[in-house]
Amino acid sequence: MAAITEAGADARPKSPLRFLSAVSPAIWTLIALVIFWEIAVRVTKTPVFILPAPSRIAEVFAATWPRLMINAGLTLSEVLIGFSCAVAIGVPLAVLITYSRLAERCVYPLIVASQTIPKVAIAPLMLAWFGYGLTPKVVIVILLSFFPIVINAVVGLKSSTAEMLYLAQSMGASGWQTFWKFRLPQALPNIFAGLKLATVLSVIGAVVAEFIGADQGLGYLIVVAGASFDIARQFAAIIMISAIGMVFFAVIELAERIVVPWRDTNTIHAEA
Amino acid sequence: MSMANAVPSPATAVPDPAHIAIAGVSKTFRSRTGEVHALKDIHLDIRRGEFVSVLGPSGCGKSTLMMLVSGLVPASRGTITVGDKTIDRPNADVGIVFQQDVLLGWRSALQNVMMQAEIRKTDLEAARERARQLLKMVSLEGFEDAYPKELSGGMRQRVSICRALLHKPPLLLMDEPFGALDAMTRDQLQLDLMRLCADNEMTVFFITHSITEAVFLSDRVVVMSPRPGRIERILEIDLPRPRRLAMREDTKFTHYTRELTDIFRGLGVLREEEV
Ligand SMILES: Nc1ncnc2c1ncn2[C@@H]1O[C@H](COP(=O)(O)OP(=O)(O)OP(=O)(O)O)[C@@H](O)[C@H]1O
Ligand SMILES: [Mg+2]
Repeated sequence: MAAITEAGADARPKSPLRFLSAVSPAIWTLIALVIFWEIAVRVTKTPVFILPAPSRIAEVFAATWPRLMINAGLTLSEVLIGFSCAVAIGVPLAVLITYSRLAERCVYPLIVASQTIPKVAIAPLMLAWFGYGLTPKVVIVILLSFFPIVINAVVGLKSSTAEMLYLAQSMGASGWQTFWKFRLPQALPNIFAGLKLATVLSVIGAVVAEFIGADQGLGYLIVVAGASFDIARQFAAIIMISAIGMVFFAVIELAERIVVPWRDTNTIHAEA
Repeated sequence: MSMANAVPSPATAVPDPAHIAIAGVSKTFRSRTGEVHALKDIHLDIRRGEFVSVLGPSGCGKSTLMMLVSGLVPASRGTITVGDKTIDRPNADVGIVFQQDVLLGWRSALQNVMMQAEIRKTDLEAARERARQLLKMVSLEGFEDAYPKELSGGMRQRVSICRALLHKPPLLLMDEPFGALDAMTRDQLQLDLMRLCADNEMTVFFITHSITEAVFLSDRVVVMSPRPGRIERILEIDLPRPRRLAMREDTKFTHYTRELTDIFRGLGVLREEEV
C-alpha cells in the first residue's frame, strides 16, 4: 500500500502547485511560533510599546487596513516597475556579455566590482538626483535586483557545453537557432535562480528607498510609526512587506515550474 | 617510417572517386601542459557507401579524427574533402553520434530526436512519424515522452542514434555508439544499422573498441595506434552482405579478428587479454 501511495505521489511532481504542499509544514511551524508569542507576551505582561501580542497587531492591521493597502500598492508598483526594468536591462546585457568577448571584458568586471558599493549608501544620492517621486525608488530597486539577474543569466548562458554547441553546428543551426533552442533553455534554471534572488532584493530596495525619502509607501509607514513608538503599526507594515515579498517570490517560483518543468532534480523513475 | 599510406580503393567496376578524402591531416592540441600530437599525417580515402570502422586503444585520436571529418574541429595540417566540399567549417550534411549522448535535458526523447528536423526546418509531421519509427527500432517505444534524466545511459545513447539518423544523412559519423549497450541490444542495433546503411546508401565512419564489432560491420577496418595518433593498418573485410550473426563463427571471420588481435598484441596494446 505504502509503495502505491509513493508512486502516486511520484507521478505528480510535474504539477506546478506541488510546492504548496511542500511548504505546509513550515506554515504549521509559523502558526506554532505565533501562538507561543501570544502566550509569552500575555504571561510576561510585556508592554505594548516594547512588543505587542499578535492579536494586538491583528487589531491594528484590521483598523488601518485601507491605509495599509494604498501604501502597499505604491510599494508594490515600485517593486514591479524596478524589477521589470532590471530584467529588461539585465537579461539582454547578459546575452551581450556571453556573445561578445569585448563586452565581457569591458563591462563584466565593472558590474562585479560595483557590487562592493553598498547600494543603501548611494540611496540618498538617488534622492538628490531624482527627487521624491517614484523614480528614485525604482532606480534603487533596479540597482539592487540587477546584479543577480545579470550574473546568473551569464552563468546559465555560458553553461552550454562544447558538445551541445557542436551538436547544434552539426545540424546547421544558425546563431539565432543556437540561442533560442540550445543556449537559452539551458540557461533558464540559472536565469530563474537570479530572478528569485532579485525578487527579494527588489522588495528590500523599495522599502529602503522609502525609508530615506518618501511621503507614502510601506517604508514610510514604518518610519512614521517608529517616530511615535507605535510598534504594532510597524509590525502591520512589516507583515504587508513580507506578504508582498512572499507572493512575488511564489509567483516567480510558479512561473519557473511552468517554464522549466525539467528542473526538478528528483529522479522520476518510469514505471515498468 | 612508412606510414600506413592511403590504401587505394580497390579497383571497382565503376571508378568511384573517394567520397571522403583525408590527405596528410595532423592535429596538435596546445594546452598548459604542452602540445599533444593527437593525430599525425593521416591519409585515408573512403568510398561512397562504404562502412569504415576505426579501431584503436583509448587516446589514439579516434574521436579527434571524427571531429575533423565533421568539420567541427579544424585540422592543424592537411585537407579533408567530403564529396566536392573541402571541409573548412562545420559540415551539416552529416549525422553524428558523439561519444557522450549530448541529449538536451529539457526535451523528451522524441523532442530530442525531433531537434534535428526543427533546426533543419523539414516537414515536422513526416519527421515525427520517422522519429517514432526510429525510437521503436531501438526498442524505445513507450519512452518517447521520457526526459533524458529518466533514461539509462544505454537508452540515452540509443536516442542520440535516432537523432543522428532522422534526416537520412549521406554521411554518418558514430563515436562508440554501442559502447553502453548490452550484448543483445548491440547485436540487434548492428543489424539494424547495416540495413539502414544499405537502404539509404550511407557512408559510415564508425569508431569502436570492439574488434568483433568492427569486423562484423565493416568493409574496412582502420587500426590506429597512439602517441602520436596514426594509422597502423587498414584491413579489408571481405565478407558477403547482408551479414548474419552466425557469420561471426565462420573461420573467415575469426581469421580477421585474430589478425586484428595480433596487430594489437604487436603494438603492445594487448597483453594477453580477450577482447
Ligand atoms: N580538446 C582537447 N584539448 C587537448 N587535448 C585533447 C583534446 N581532445 C583530445 N585531446 C588529446 O588528443 C588525444 C586523442 O584524444 P581522442 O579523444 O581523439 O582519443 P580517442 O581515441 O577517441 O580515445 P577514447 O577511445 O578513449 O575515446 C588524447 O591524448 C587527448 O588527450
Ligand atoms: Mg573517443
